[in-house]
Amino acid sequence: MGEAIVITSGKGGVGKTTTTANIGTSLALLGKKVCLIDTDIGLRNLDVIMGLENRIIYDLVDVAHNRCKLHQALIKDKRFECLYLLPAAQTKDKSAVVPEQMKRIVTELKQDYDYVIIDCPAGIEQGFKNAIAGADKSIVVTNPETSSVRDADRIIGLLEQEDIEPPKLIVNRLKAHMMENGDSLDVDEIVSILAIELLGIVVDDELVIRASNRGEPIALNPDTKASQAYRNIARRILGESVPLMSLEQDKGLFKKVKQFFGIRS
Amino acid sequence: MAQKQKQANNHYVTIKGTKEGLILNLDDNCTFEQLLSELETKLIHPSENQGSDGPKIPVNVRVGKRYLTEQQEELLRKIIYQKKNLLVDVIESEVITKEEAEFLKKENEVTSVNRMIRSGQILKVQGDLLLIGDVNPGGYVAATGNIFVMGALKGIAHAGCEGRSSAVVAASVMIPSLVRIADQMFQDEEDEQEYSGGCAFLDEENDEIKLDSLHILHQIRPGLNRL
Repeated sequence: MGEAIVITSGKGGVGKTTTTANIGTSLALLGKKVCLIDTDIGLRNLDVIMGLENRIIYDLVDVAHNRCKLHQALIKDKRFECLYLLPAAQTKDKSAVVPEQMKRIVTELKQDYDYVIIDCPAGIEQGFKNAIAGADKSIVVTNPETSSVRDADRIIGLLEQEDIEPPKLIVNRLKAHMMENGDSLDVDEIVSILAIELLGIVVDDELVIRASNRGEPIALNPDTKASQAYRNIARRILGESVPLMSLEQDKGLFKKVKQFFGIRS
Repeated sequence: MAQKQKQANNHYVTIKGTKEGLILNLDDNCTFEQLLSELETKLIHPSENQGSDGPKIPVNVRVGKRYLTEQQEELLRKIIYQKKNLLVDVIESEVITKEEAEFLKKENEVTSVNRMIRSGQILKVQGDLLLIGDVNPGGYVAATGNIFVMGALKGIAHAGCEGRSSAVVAASVMIPSLVRIADQMFQDEEDEQEYSGGCAFLDEENDEIKLDSLHILHQIRPGLNRL
């Protein structure tokens, strides 16, 4: 029996779907059997980022209404035997599914998979309630921005009322130089405001966007820092204690860059 | 036998004069109607001796262990006011209803809560609030009494939310987005000065909320000590 993890943030555009795709891919790389569920009905993206858009035949709403068998709607990943996706419907809206149906689907999936990763839509309405219905654990994604942290705080408050383990935090799109200058929130500051366990920090990288556009999660490319961060997060989910990628390293890199410019000018 | 005499002599109402005014002792062992009729007679007779156009005399009415309903209180006030140049200052009763007692008890209690108040969450208590945790931006705590936050107050705090203007807000880290005390409010917009160990209180002179460091609080609100 596997476990279901919901990935949520409250605010839109912080990188929930990218995080879901990359954590799923990283867990699959580590040999786990993983199923991703996109619950963003009406605005589905996870299939695009996974590069599986053109393989969708049935979707979450069809399964919820018993129009097809669960295994018929699951799409096998191109690259991994052990990675599957349950896509959302694009033509309906969030109210097409109710929490009870989600619970049933997630429970069924947990029988066959080690990890069920649920991609939550933005907001705190029906879509959010659906997404957290079957979850055992939760991960809150935030950006180092005040508005995003505010929303994450709200979401954590809502998650604490549910029958879910205390949520864990991923700080996404961290810009080291902005944090250095005090132009964006500090990771320590974010953790002290939200007061939950930090699961990982993902630095901002244009390569992540490029990879998403190509339908290949960045986690597949081991050379980038973002990819390393996602793989570390996956290992932490498995229970390994992996130290946080030191930000001093970033500092070193930043100093090097500054030095580089210093020499040039 | 004694009771009969008492009834005959109408001794349920006794009047005592002091420097501050009159004290009306109303016996609590008779019916309310008996009291009323005796009051009427007693208050009329002396008025014939004194002039009725003197200054108004405050009256302290003591009803002993008798519980008066609001209507009864109103009736008493009316009778005393009509009869002479008397003005009821207070009506003192030694008994209160269970409801009132519980309300008073709660009003003086400190409710301790150990959790974080996150954005969008509301915590409202009767009496004083002792919060062991932070109030995050967007969070709201309110109390009919004082608010003490053991962590950082970054959200909204409303002390004395039912009008008690002597209420205070105190926090280990005071960076509130809004402080309200009774019907006044305070927004720190100019300088975001951070008080480690700060308090907010209502300054009666200017009728505005002031933020200051904690150690001046004992001078301003000595009533906070409950030793």
